[in-house]
Amino acid sequence: MGLLGVAGVLALTACGSKVNAAADGGPSSSSSSAAASSGAAKESCVDTSGDSVKIGFLNSLSGTMAISEKTVQESLTMAADEINAAGGVLGKQLEVIKEDGASEPATFAEKADKLIQSDCVAAVFGGWTSSSRKAMLPVFEGNDALLYYPVQYEGLESSKNIFYTGATTNQQILPALDYLKEQGVTSLFLVGSDYVFPQTANKEIKAWAAENGMEIKGEEYVPLASGADFSTIITKVKDSGAGAVFNTLNGDANVSFFKEYKNVGLSADTMPVVSVSIAEEEVAGVGVENLVGQLTAWNYYQTLDTPANQKFVADFKAKYGEDRVTSDPMEAAYTSLYLWKNTVEKANSFAVADIQANADGVSFEAPEGLVTINGDNHHIAKTALIGKVAEDGLIYTEWESPAPIEPDPYLSTYPWAEGLS
Amino acid sequence: MKFLTSSRFSAFVPFLLAAVVLFVLAPGILSDFRLNLLARYLCFAIVAVGIGLAWGSGGMLTLGQGVFFGLGAYAMGLHMKLDDAGPGRAPDYMPPTTDWLPGWIEMFRSGPITIAAIVLLPAAVALVLGLATFKRKVRGAYFAILSQALAAAFALLIIVLGSQSGNYTNGTNGLSNFRSFFGYDLNDPVNQRMLFYLAAGFLLVMVFIARQLRNSRYGELLRACQSSEERVRFLGYDPANVKVVAYVIAAAMAGIGGALFVPIVGIITPMDVGVAPSIAMLIGVAIGGRGTLWGPVIGAVGVAWAQSTLSEQFPAFWTYVQGALFIVVIAFLPGGLASLGSVIRNARGWWDDKRGRPAEPPVAVTDDLKTDVGSRV
Repeated sequence: MGLLGVAGVLALTACGSKVNAAADGGPSSSSSSAAASSGAAKESCVDTSGDSVKIGFLNSLSGTMAISEKTVQESLTMAADEINAAGGVLGKQLEVIKEDGASEPATFAEKADKLIQSDCVAAVFGGWTSSSRKAMLPVFEGNDALLYYPVQYEGLESSKNIFYTGATTNQQILPALDYLKEQGVTSLFLVGSDYVFPQTANKEIKAWAAENGMEIKGEEYVPLASGADFSTIITKVKDSGAGAVFNTLNGDANVSFFKEYKNVGLSADTMPVVSVSIAEEEVAGVGVENLVGQLTAWNYYQTLDTPANQKFVADFKAKYGEDRVTSDPMEAAYTSLYLWKNTVEKANSFAVADIQANADGVSFEAPEGLVTINGDNHHIAKTALIGKVAEDGLIYTEWESPAPIEPDPYLSTYPWAEGLS
Repeated sequence: MKFLTSSRFSAFVPFLLAAVVLFVLAPGILSDFRLNLLARYLCFAIVAVGIGLAWGSGGMLTLGQGVFFGLGAYAMGLHMKLDDAGPGRAPDYMPPTTDWLPGWIEMFRSGPITIAAIVLLPAAVALVLGLATFKRKVRGAYFAILSQALAAAFALLIIVLGSQSGNYTNGTNGLSNFRSFFGYDLNDPVNQRMLFYLAAGFLLVMVFIARQLRNSRYGELLRACQSSEERVRFLGYDPANVKVVAYVIAAAMAGIGGALFVPIVGIITPMDVGVAPSIAMLIGVAIGGRGTLWGPVIGAVGVAWAQSTLSEQFPAFWTYVQGALFIVVIAFLPGGLASLGSVIRNARGWWDDKRGRPAEPPVAVTDDLKTDVGSRV
């Protein structure tokens, strides 16, 4: 009876003292200093001695996010194949290891750890939801490894171990607001899913509106789980008489939202909706007939008329099928692999510290146009594009920022945003 | 030498074996990364021991252990975030302007209160829920549905507490980016190893508690409740009380598993406590053999291990394997993998019978299997 208890206690005390011994030498038990994480980082096991180098793709291939994240993995695969066909990076072929994040943050953390510690990859590309990124962040900082994250997000983050190749708020949401103001819209209704991105975005939108004399007529959230009932919300939207709707809904909720929107007789002419989570991939799901004429805010559309994009779209269709479309996150993922390649070649090294030191100013003629890494915050300068959904299901540019916008994840250059972060 | 062969000693052989595997073999042969994964599986195994007690012995098909797992996990997570933030300061995921925290958050700043809460919170919730349902003779599928609804509601509650005024739980993003565990740096591999030993130690203690309960008079009563509550009532016992005890202990075990999960995995989100993870916790127990002492442990570790390995080899393929495994076990091996031996023995008996050889006498386990099939919900 007592045998096990004794064994348990013995074992626990035994390992407790082991830890104390290590703690004396190491930077353990420091709980409040921010430097603690970097001090104890594990040794990198990346092997660059052979004629190939490993990289990891970590996307959800199962679960609710699979439908979106699979497309990102496809464009990443295409980029890796292109790079390998053109001679690799620093003369080394890329050996890709693919993992499934299963749409669960904890799985993303586990698989990131596996890619870094077990497979010894030089960099990891992937993640979609903010929760998946937040879950991976401590893993990459703890191991001092690199993540390239390809999706627009809510900003207010900047890790030296993450490169953000999607837009932050001042490259997507703020230009959309400026555009609406320019169009003479004086009041907005905010609709979003009930989670961090819409909440943070709407906080910023309200701060911006207070500064720019835009009236916020209402703010409504629906749970992320699908099956939300929009009839009440749409009635509120209709009765508000707002000039436009700012839509931060995610996923399936958009289907019911736009159907109901059309049912009550609202349209892009009477009250336009600006969406920040609907790209080419989602248009078919929501239904083109429900979306025609509505606005979107991104940094890339399939219809962009640049030589790099024509090649990107043609290659993608040739590889994955004529009926496929390309979208902003896919393009940002494709771009992220090239930005990593260009940084490695500039640094002439695969080491994390060398990449961090050489990242500033690295650019790439991407399908969306020229993009450049900002070495301070690890985001990239991108051109903002307001688009309109057309009958053919594609999105055409209505307005674009005159030049690539410098990333400002903490909105520190906007006085009205003080106190938001 | 009589001691060695006594049944009292042989009952502890599995414990010694498990201790050798966990404390000597595993740390010896596994890399830091794999050892950390095993530590995560052990957390689910701790939950599984509780499910084995409630479901395997008591017949309560609890589809909502994620709630208790989550209560323990969020108690630990909040403590670690508050500890990282430093005295008097709000965790980093809250707005920097936060200068006041409600008492129910603030109390997790204290280590001893957190440790008490990890056990007492799930136990209290299970006590209230158990009394409310079992006293009303709610059981079988109705209890299963109720417990599952609770898991769904709990996950939603965590999200709501993270989104409405205050951001107490960080919503869907969950709690992550922990730096220390009761003062120990989580990035130090030595401390990760310590967490593994901690999980292994707790697991053995939990299995030991389950064993003592199963072999006690109370264990008899619990199994009697599973077979026929009415008869237990005729004998003068209240089956509701008997079941509540097992349910509360299972909840406390789930809370401990959840609390260990957080420093080991480094993140807890509503997705780890809702309906899907609650069912996943159950599948391991079913596959391992819910009626046995070690079956739930082996099942939970085995299923989690298979999930990690298979999803590495064949991404996106795991879900189908899990479903197929569950169906195969329920259809052909209702006693779980732990009953594999006796099933093979029976099959051989049947085979021998067919070929005209004298069959072995029917093994007692067949009866077990029958009750198992009969009581399936």
